[in-house]
Amino acid sequence: MAGRRWIEVGRLDEIPRRGSRRVRGPDADLPIAVFRTADDQVFALVDRCPHKGGPLSEGIVQGCAVACPLHGWVIHLDTGEAEAPDEGQVSIIAVKVDEGRIWLAAPEACSARKPEAA
Amino acid sequence: MTPARNGKERLVVVGNGMAAMRTVEELLTRSPERYDITVIGAEPHPNYNRIMLSSVLAGEKTVDEVVINPRGWYDENGVTLLTGNPVTAIDRVARTVSLAGVGDISYDRLLLGTGSKPLAPPIPGLQLTGVHAFRDIADVDAMIAASERHRRAVVIGGGLLGLEAAWGLKRRGMSVAVVHLMSTLMERQLDATAGELLQRDLDSRGIAFFTDGQTEEILGNDKAEGVLLADGRQIEADLVVLAIGIRPNIDLARAAGLDVNRGLLVGDDMRTSDPNIYAVGECIEHNGQVFGLVAPIWEQAKVCGARLAGNDEAVYVPPPIFTSLKITGVDVFSAGALAAADEADEEITLHDARRGIYKKVILRDDRVVGSVLYGHVVDGPWYVQLMREKTDVSAFRDQLVFGRAFAERAGAPVSKIDIAAMPDAEQVCDCNGVSKGRICEAIRAKGLTTLDAVRAHTKASASCGSCTAKVEAILAHLGGAVAHRADPAMCKCTDHGHDAVRHAIRERELRTIAAVREALGWRTPDGCQKCRPALNYFLLCAWPETYRDDAQSRFVNERVHANIQKDGTFSVVPRMWGGLTNPRELRAIADVAEKYAIPTVKVTGGQRIDLLGVKKEQLPDVWGDLNKAGLVSGHAYAKGLRTVKTCVGSEWCRFGTQDSTGLGVKIEKMCWGSWTPHKVKLAVSGCPRNCAEATIKDIGVVCVEAGYDVVVGGNGGVEVRVTDHLVRLSTEAEVLEHVGAFLQLYREEARYLERTAPWVARVGIDYVHERVVADADNRRALHERFLMSQRMVQSDPWAERAAGAEAHEYRALAEVG
Repeated sequence: MAGRRWIEVGRLDEIPRRGSRRVRGPDADLPIAVFRTADDQVFALVDRCPHKGGPLSEGIVQGCAVACPLHGWVIHLDTGEAEAPDEGQVSIIAVKVDEGRIWLAAPEACSARKPEAA
Repeated sequence: MTPARNGKERLVVVGNGMAAMRTVEELLTRSPERYDITVIGAEPHPNYNRIMLSSVLAGEKTVDEVVINPRGWYDENGVTLLTGNPVTAIDRVARTVSLAGVGDISYDRLLLGTGSKPLAPPIPGLQLTGVHAFRDIADVDAMIAASERHRRAVVIGGGLLGLEAAWGLKRRGMSVAVVHLMSTLMERQLDATAGELLQRDLDSRGIAFFTDGQTEEILGNDKAEGVLLADGRQIEADLVVLAIGIRPNIDLARAAGLDVNRGLLVGDDMRTSDPNIYAVGECIEHNGQVFGLVAPIWEQAKVCGARLAGNDEAVYVPPPIFTSLKITGVDVFSAGALAAADEADEEITLHDARRGIYKKVILRDDRVVGSVLYGHVVDGPWYVQLMREKTDVSAFRDQLVFGRAFAERAGAPVSKIDIAAMPDAEQVCDCNGVSKGRICEAIRAKGLTTLDAVRAHTKASASCGSCTAKVEAILAHLGGAVAHRADPAMCKCTDHGHDAVRHAIRERELRTIAAVREALGWRTPDGCQKCRPALNYFLLCAWPETYRDDAQSRFVNERVHANIQKDGTFSVVPRMWGGLTNPRELRAIADVAEKYAIPTVKVTGGQRIDLLGVKKEQLPDVWGDLNKAGLVSGHAYAKGLRTVKTCVGSEWCRFGTQDSTGLGVKIEKMCWGSWTPHKVKLAVSGCPRNCAEATIKDIGVVCVEAGYDVVVGGNGGVEVRVTDHLVRLSTEAEVLEHVGAFLQLYREEARYLERTAPWVARVGIDYVHERVVADADNRRALHERFLMSQRMVQSDPWAERAAGAEAHEYRALAEVG
């Protein structure tokens, strides 16, 4: 995939194992959830449950899936698909981890900056 | 010839199994000095519980755990035990038995308990390596060894034993097929409907079934390679288990010239055709019946033991027979008749296919004569009791099929077990041979408080469960927990229920979530959103001083310390002690609402103020501002103490009898910050007008002129439940101690996400009263444990986070574009 651009969003150790953090993109209504599993795999999904738009980044991570905090739908992190019998899918964003740094595939030209310290 | 010692009569027992040894125990309790006893067993083991072999096969128990009488027991009781040495002959004239390598042993009385042999079908291939019966420890060892080397097993026989064997092998990782001659499973114990439900359940657990399957041949050259059925179907297998039934083992008796038919014939006095020779168990035939289940055999042992002790009145009357299947998570029970025998009989059935529940009760002349239960079996022992006592059920016939709880409300006689009147020697658990005395001793010596603990230590009620009510009654009698027959699985990650997991955490000192999953064989590496928060809570409750809370196993609200709303924003509810506030706090709330443009400000039902629509990243700043006015977290997001609602009480109200507001504040100061199985709401009302609605709270205090009524287990939610009255007290200090003790009991014993209302309904207010009110020492201990745990948790989580703790939680990882 020549020409794909990657954006660095942070270090692996900034996300707790079995946890997630949000990345805010250009579209404020479409934040991205970046997940880290128990075995340090990293996935990125649009942070909206296909059911009622719940923030998946707040869910409990289990294996390679997350349970949405609003109504308990379980979404697979690798495909973005809901676990049966529920039906639905969220978009996934390509991720790579290089020397402990997390990179997301860029949809279009944009740049990353750290948020101001709270 | 062995000479008799001490001039006692010599009793020789051939057979070291459950029937013979139970008879010896029955004899010893009645007449410990009468005989010089020698027990001869063919297997190289002390007496063990053959019924539990399926649990050994399934890896749920070890061989040691199923031993009933360890070798020490024989020594303590002066019984000589010879194992691994079968008796080869009986000389009835010389009154001796012959043992290979030992010689002859003389007897005055002889007891035969030679048991049964597995039936083998008349087919070629039985001699092949890899073909086993399922009868004794050696068979189980061989099956376990095979499961480690091989993948595929076929069990021939879809009865009780065959299905337990199949499940055990499945649990050991084999792919398992069951071949059954009939069209439905366990047809001797279950009707067709229940048999089909069972097959569906086991099928979904990955066991394949070949019903209407007649085995023609076991295929293979030296070792088993498969099974060929009469209709031409072939099933590949490296292990073939024969479990088509048993027949009495009467070779020795027949050779000695005793009267035999299918089994060794005995009369009502358990004597064979030779008056000096008695027999019990699976080897006998009584009134045309042979035996394979435990209840009638224990009855035989009782009669035979009494006869041997010199009681000539004891007579064997077959008791009702009942069966349950030992497959974890599959609940089957049957007793007596399976179906109406003729038009005079009635069948009452309840079938809920979606929940997998099926119940059938068979009536004759308004008496229960049989019952088949599937999926929900807690009432099985009750039906057996109604059968045994021939209770006229016409008064509560309409409720009968719904079970004991419904029927007793409709007027069924409430059976009380009189524990005080029960002699210590009385057998309580028939499966494992445990007396009341042994249970009491274990409860006292080891400080047991729950049914699970009693099961673990004594094995009482650990098998078929039909004595559970008695064991619970003994526990309650001694002040322990009356708990909970059904303990449903926590989630899809495990078959263990909440009670069993909590018990294991304490007894096996499991101190991390990973240790629990490891020790109890969790099926998933990470657990799930159901079990992780539960385990986190159980560990926190069990080890308050050392357990490190796992934030990633907390539901978002408890991890973030705010309530998530449907749009992903949060709500913030500061604590208002006893519902009291002041201008400074209200001003701070107003300022925060304006400063952060909080869209909604609302008064809650718990007498506090809710700020709704706060963005996650604003939370630490909002909390920091509230903290400055002295406001702290109200834990409105927690499975923990929420509010203590009060009315104004005697300080202002013309009807108030006590200072309800002040007491509410004291209670809240004691309880805030505690984690509990589910949320907990309290209220204190200043008089019986009850303006604080204390009688629909988890704990309520209703002040009266004479003091304070403490009420518990109420709920104003989906299912409204009025509290049960716990106790009337005269001082505030007593109220605080009782409230703390009740909360701690709930914290330690309820299931996760079980509110106090269903918990109190489940264990009964009598039990709670026993533990919290009647037993003052226990109350103080509970209260102390509560205060100790509180010392670990009472710090404001908002202040910590406003000062920078867990900062990653409240900041985006990055902002892009």
